[in-house]
Amino acid sequence: MVFKEFRELRRDRRTVAMMIALPVILLVVFGYAANFKVSDIPTAVVGPGATQAAAVLNGSVFHVSEVDPAAGEPAAQDLLRDGKAVVAVVTGAGAPRVLLDGTQLFSVQTAETALGKMASTTGIQPQVKILYNPSLSTSWVMVPGLAGLILVFIGTLITSLGVVRERQSGTLEQLAVMPFRAWEVIAGKILPYLIVAAVDLVLIVVIGMGVFHVPFAGNVGSFALGAALFLLVTLGMGILVSTVSQNQGQAIQLAFMLVLPQVLLSGLIFPVSSMAAGVRWISYVLPLTYFIQVSRGVMLKAMPLSGLWEPIGLLAVLAVVVLGLAIFRFRRDLAPSSGKERAAARSGEPVAS
Amino acid sequence: MSWGLREVTVTRGHTEALAGVTVPVDPAGVTVVVGGDGAGKSTCLQVLAGLLQPSLGTVLRPPKERIGYVPATAGLYADLTVQENLDFSASAYRLSGADYRQRAHTLLEQTGLGPARRRLGGQLSGGMQRKLAVAMALLHAPALLVLDEPTTGVDPVSRAELWRLISAAAADGTAVAVSTTYVNEAARAALVVLLEDGKTAASGTPAQILDGFPGRLGVMDGAERPGPLSWRRGVTWRVWAPEGALPAGARPAAPDFQDAVVAAALARQRPGQGG
Repeated sequence: MVFKEFRELRRDRRTVAMMIALPVILLVVFGYAANFKVSDIPTAVVGPGATQAAAVLNGSVFHVSEVDPAAGEPAAQDLLRDGKAVVAVVTGAGAPRVLLDGTQLFSVQTAETALGKMASTTGIQPQVKILYNPSLSTSWVMVPGLAGLILVFIGTLITSLGVVRERQSGTLEQLAVMPFRAWEVIAGKILPYLIVAAVDLVLIVVIGMGVFHVPFAGNVGSFALGAALFLLVTLGMGILVSTVSQNQGQAIQLAFMLVLPQVLLSGLIFPVSSMAAGVRWISYVLPLTYFIQVSRGVMLKAMPLSGLWEPIGLLAVLAVVVLGLAIFRFRRDLAPSSGKERAAARSGEPVAS
Repeated sequence: MSWGLREVTVTRGHTEALAGVTVPVDPAGVTVVVGGDGAGKSTCLQVLAGLLQPSLGTVLRPPKERIGYVPATAGLYADLTVQENLDFSASAYRLSGADYRQRAHTLLEQTGLGPARRRLGGQLSGGMQRKLAVAMALLHAPALLVLDEPTTGVDPVSRAELWRLISAAAADGTAVAVSTTYVNEAARAALVVLLEDGKTAASGTPAQILDGFPGRLGVMDGAERPGPLSWRRGVTWRVWAPEGALPAGARPAAPDFQDAVVAAALARQRPGQGG
């Protein structure tokens, strides 16, 4: 029985890969990436005393990346909103004002502790104001990210299962013989899931707003654009998984391997900036990383489209690459006819190949 | 216009799944591709339906709009009802209105699936599923109907009903290609192609294949198999002597089509005869 099991397992390379790769991935992720501690907080300092304040702040957890003595509080707020800084110190007459980006829970907690220590050593008591999430509510930060996670689940897992089921039942062969064009089959498979996922997204956001009082401060159109691109990537990943899976079990395994890193490395739970450089690069190729930037940015910070061009642009690039690859592989499954056949089919002539 | 394969070779990796196989499929006729498991029957029909491109040879087939195909897995949607499965096929072939309703009604009558039209495809028996799949493939009155083992694993009554459908389609002028592992089903074909290990072991009308029976055939009794060139038929053994005399104890017998097919397959398997 044991030998039989090992023999079977040896031939099921994917299960072996998952049994061996998964613990390694988890170890790497938890060892290097799972870090709630923030040691480097992007900080902007503005106002007449900016240069002196920057000198005081540098050398602590605050990493001063912007110093502008000519700018005032509105410019500091813009830097926070656009994600250029998590902490903005506004100097001028009286005590300095410190603005904190409440969407970065761990950074804010670290910054508050550091500011407290500084106040006791320097005697300067700054006025602290937390923006975007004043009560530092976890659900405010989690709901926009969870919306993305649920879309990953539907897009990747459910889509791949739908396509693999078609292959297993032989209907994919049937579709290949029917007078459909490849794009009609692909669009026909993707569209229903796109619609269901979109409905799901609306539901999650509405429930998040109603039950958890998560604000929706920004533009619905910007959010929809980011969500649509993100959905195309996840659906593309679903199709891609289905093209390399012979049955639903294999599809579930592979989809799980794609979903798990997104849960752990996208910034949903652990801040991307706290991850070790060796694993941080993985975050930058995961679509959920960028969707979370868009959803938190729009819902909590009312970021305009101009501030979101980077995550939206990268989602667009990922959509083109992943969906393109998925369509290329799926077309092969549909045994595309040659040009000669298509021409003959149009003219109603018999086909010779 | 005749359809079919001419001298088709399909290479997969370093092996030839089909080697120079010719399968003519004429209108108003049924061509049966018969052979054991792994003989190349499905590959043959996949090439004919346009699912596989041959490495060598010529395939003559009508455009996609005029092909009906049923894969070995039946290829219907388990979560759709009988009627919804037919509706989907109709939409794929751009059928609608009174023409479609009339055609669907006729096919449901012929298949006996009328009372089951609201049942889910997955809830049908194996035989009913095959009949529905054939009905879906016949909906658009194709010029070429390609059926991959439609009767495998189906009870004898459903098999007879499926063959009635296939014969009716041929009588309407459709060119039909059917693969099967059941030799007796090949006897009713207009043309038979016997495949063995991706090569043609015999080909022609059932009468031609019977006429081409090489050597002598005998009948023997007994529990033990008389030798490698023998096979069971009912309670007796058929003994084949490709050349020379029959073994001792064998009574000469006239071969029928089934004997001719088995002998042709054995002939290819004999050392020095295959390949």
